[in-house]
Order: sequence, then structure tokens, then C-alpha cells
Amino acid sequence: MTDAILSTRSLSKSFGALQASDSVSLDLRAGEIHALIGPNGAGKSTLIAQISGALRPDSGSVIFDGQDVTPLPTVARARLGLGRTFQISALAMEFTVLQNAVLGALGQRGRAFRVLGKVMRDKALLESAESALQEVGLSEFRNTVTAELSHGQRRQLEVAVALTLKPKVFLMDEPMAGLGAEGSQRLTGFLDGLRHRAPILLVEHDMDAVFALADRISVLVYGRIIATGTADEIRANAEVRQAYLGEEDAA
Amino acid sequence: MRRETILNVGIPGLLLAIGLLAYALDETYIITLATRAAILALAGVGLNIALGLGGLVSLGHAAFFGIGGYAMGILAFHAQTYMPLWGVIGGTTSMPIIWLVAVIASGLAALVIGALSLRTSGVYFIMITLAFGQMLFYFAISWPAYGGEDGVSIYMRNNFPGLNTLVPLNFFLICFAVLAVVLIFAGRLGKSPFGLALQATRQNVARVEAVGLAPYKLRLMAFVLSGAITGLAGALFADLNRFVSPSMLSWQMSGEIMVLVILGGIARLSGPVAGAMVFIALEYVLEDLSHYWHIYLGAILLLVVLFARGGLVGLIAGREVAHD
Repeated sequence: MTDAILSTRSLSKSFGALQASDSVSLDLRAGEIHALIGPNGAGKSTLIAQISGALRPDSGSVIFDGQDVTPLPTVARARLGLGRTFQISALAMEFTVLQNAVLGALGQRGRAFRVLGKVMRDKALLESAESALQEVGLSEFRNTVTAELSHGQRRQLEVAVALTLKPKVFLMDEPMAGLGAEGSQRLTGFLDGLRHRAPILLVEHDMDAVFALADRISVLVYGRIIATGTADEIRANAEVRQAYLGEEDAA
Repeated sequence: MRRETILNVGIPGLLLAIGLLAYALDETYIITLATRAAILALAGVGLNIALGLGGLVSLGHAAFFGIGGYAMGILAFHAQTYMPLWGVIGGTTSMPIIWLVAVIASGLAALVIGALSLRTSGVYFIMITLAFGQMLFYFAISWPAYGGEDGVSIYMRNNFPGLNTLVPLNFFLICFAVLAVVLIFAGRLGKSPFGLALQATRQNVARVEAVGLAPYKLRLMAFVLSGAITGLAGALFADLNRFVSPSMLSWQMSGEIMVLVILGGIARLSGPVAGAMVFIALEYVLEDLSHYWHIYLGAILLLVVLFARGGLVGLIAGREVAHD
């Protein structure tokens, strides 16, 4: 696929006898939301970790923006434009909301080794941070200490920090987790527009959101991708119904 | 003005006032104690960059303190014996040059020690920094050129352009001025882009990596700055005592610096200054009461750790307000 910005080629990773990723190949094209779904333990987190750089695959490669990034660590991949959000909010809890966003903007700009000059008075950084907070609707909480945010607000801040990175690709690990119906709907609407800025690889349990948003869906079961296709194709796929959707219906 | 800002000016101001008052009352010993407090505070300000901003619990900062001390001792020793170092370097008694050498030497040591230690974290980091400190300690003991275990005595205090450094007040003012400059630097550092990134590494490494900043490099730079400042304090400490010995490199010294930072308030700008003043005051008052004054110090430290996590500065100023 030539227009893929991010792709994995036959990624395999095992932990002892457990095959967490079994020759996983998927790609993310410009302007799309590609959802990755699968039952618990299917290896979604392991796959995300290999794409983001936290885990090294046993074999296979990760191609990002035309470059083989497999040997690169997380930091280098982030600098190349891989903007990720975490399943469990990873924020500087003692910082204010604004400081967290400014940290993102600083990461995007680089030059973080400057020891003089007030970072919270830096117009360019503040502008980027404030506009990201505005977009996710956290502006009024800019001076709140992050530890005092609600769970849902932390999820929003995760997304805001990713926005400040102005990435080429968003890698979102369950951004809706624990958001509640209303928050989930709002974020769905937001991500819908975001795909035109940068494509999104979306790992998500919220099936309403996935089927409403995704241009394509890949289904991961026991480390293998058993199907990739549009929402309708996935709904109609017998193997998927049996392996995944069926289980959920029964539950 | 915020309470903390007032304290950041007020606490060093109090130290200056004590020194000047002691001069007015002709209490030379008190001036010396105030000088000691200023120097230990400086060492603490250095440690606080690694410990407070970076969350790096280094139990080896005596290494840098001692290297700074030996930088002074070695340079002054060669100046007073008129024997050039390695036959070429003549030694010096000029404080600014000694400081520069102390800062560079301890900064380089911090670069090497940090580059290796920072590959670990948590308790392993504590142990490795401690091990490096002990290595230097035993090296100094077994190095006969500069007195080995007995250390080096320097007959005359080193010179500072335009000031008679043998006058206790003058030397106090020099030390205080160095402390003030470093405090201003450390204050700005905390609010700089680097300061923000460094404090983020303390709170969430995954976050820092995800925004494309390398935690290892940030920490290493913090460790080098931290070591260099503590080394500068070491040079002044040796000058105050006109003596340097392996005890400056001992792990007890590392502990002492850490204790005064905790006492005053970790990550609080004026914390080490408050901590050093209280530490010296306790030493002065309690030593009269009992030879085992450290017991009382320990009890006080226990109370601070249990009930005042922000140290003395935290007790007065409350939780740090971060949006600045």
C-alpha cells in the first residue's frame, strides 16, 4: 500500500509460549480512522507498544512515513510525528493542565535544554497549548492541578497533549475508556473531524464509537488479524461474529 | 506576592542578616557558623536540582563536594609548596580560578557517574551513586600525594580580587554572594523549558518519551548541573576550613547534604537554605547539651518527614502553586 503513512509488516512478538502478535500486518492511510478491535487479551496493547516503540518485535517491521522505524526508540518515533495517547492516563499529575499541554508543545518544538527563559511565559508554546485545550474543551481548567481532574477530564487532556505534538499520525489507545455516554459521544464527534488533520489508529472497546467512526476495522484475536474491512464488512464477517461480536452478544 | 516568593527572599535574607548582626556584635564564631550554613546550603541547592526537580535520589553527592574540596586543596597545595603540578601547572590561590576548576572537575565527574548510574533507577540508582562515592572516598584515603587519610592543610585562605578573605565577614559575604547567584540561577532553571521537562520526568517518564523528549539526557544534564554546584560548595567548604580530607567524600557527608534538603523542603528553592540554617543551629545548640546531638536531629528529621512533607518551607508556604 503506497499511500500508507504507518504500516506494520508481519510483526511477531511472543512472551514465552504466548504468541501476543502473530505476523500482524496492517496499515493506516491518510485521512482515515483505522480501528483495532479484539477481545481482552487479543494482543492490542502489545501491538500498540511495538508501534510506539516501547516493545521490540521478535520479527517484522514498523514502517512510518516511508522509513523503517523498527530499531528506533519511543522518543525518536515521537519526534518523527507519532502522537500517542495512553490507555491509562500518563500525565504529569503535579502539573497544572496547562503545564501538561505546554510540555507537549515543548516536545513538539524541541530545544528542551534551555535553562533560561520562562517556559510558562513562552508565547508560541502557550498558544499551541491553549488552542489544544480549547479544542478538547478543557480551557476553563487550565490552572487546575492534573491530579484533581476527573477521570474523563484526564482522558481529554491526553488527547489535548497529543494535539500539541501536531503529529503525522495519532495512535490512540482506548481514548473513550471510562468516559461515560455523553463524554464518549463528544469525543466521537471530535475524532470524526480530527482524521482530516492526521489519520488515527484507534484501539477502542466502545463499539458504538468504533462503528460510527472507523473507515476500516481490523479485528485482532489471539495475536492474529482475522479480518480487515469496513464496518459493514466486519459486521457481516462470520469469523468475526463468532470470535468476537458473538461473544459480546452472549455476554 | 506569593508566600513562597517571600520565603525565597526572606530565608536567604535572614542568613545575611545573621552574618551582619554577628559582625556588629563582634561574634566571630557566629559569622563562621553563618558561612558554614551558606556553603552547606549551596551544596544542598545543587543536590536539590537532581533530587527535587529530577527526583534523582543521589546518595553520592559527597563525591562532588569532595572533588570540589580537593580541587581547592590540590591547587592551593601546589601554590604553597611552589611545586608545580605534573611539573607544569603552578597551582593557584585565586578563588575564581579554583571555583572554575572545582565546577569543571565535579561537573565532569557527575557526567561520568551520571552517565552510568542513570541507566538504573530506584534503589539501584541510590546504591550505584553511593558506590561511586565510596570509591572516591577510598581512593582519596589511599592516595599519598595529598595526605591520604590525613588530608591537606592550607596555611592561608585563598585570595579574592579586592578583598581580604581572612576577615571572616568578607569570606562570609563571598560565600553568601555565590549562594545568592546560584539561587537565582536555580530559581530560573526550575521555570525554564528544561525545568519543566525535568520535573515531568520525575512524575511520568512515559509521558516525557511520548512527547519526544529523552528522559535520560534530561536527567544527565540535571545531574551534571547538580554535581557542579555541589562541587563549587565543596571548594568553598575547604577554603572555610583551610583543610580538605577524605571525610568530605564520605557517605555521611552525602547524607548530611540530603538531610538538610529534606529538612528545609525538597524541590523548594529556599529549602536547602532553611535546612542548612536549622542544621547548623541545631548542631550549635545541641552539641552543648549532648555529644550525641544527632539523636535529636534524627527525631526532628523524623517529625519533618512524617508531618511536614514539604519540609520547613512547605510548612510555612503550604503546597507549591505550580501555575507560574
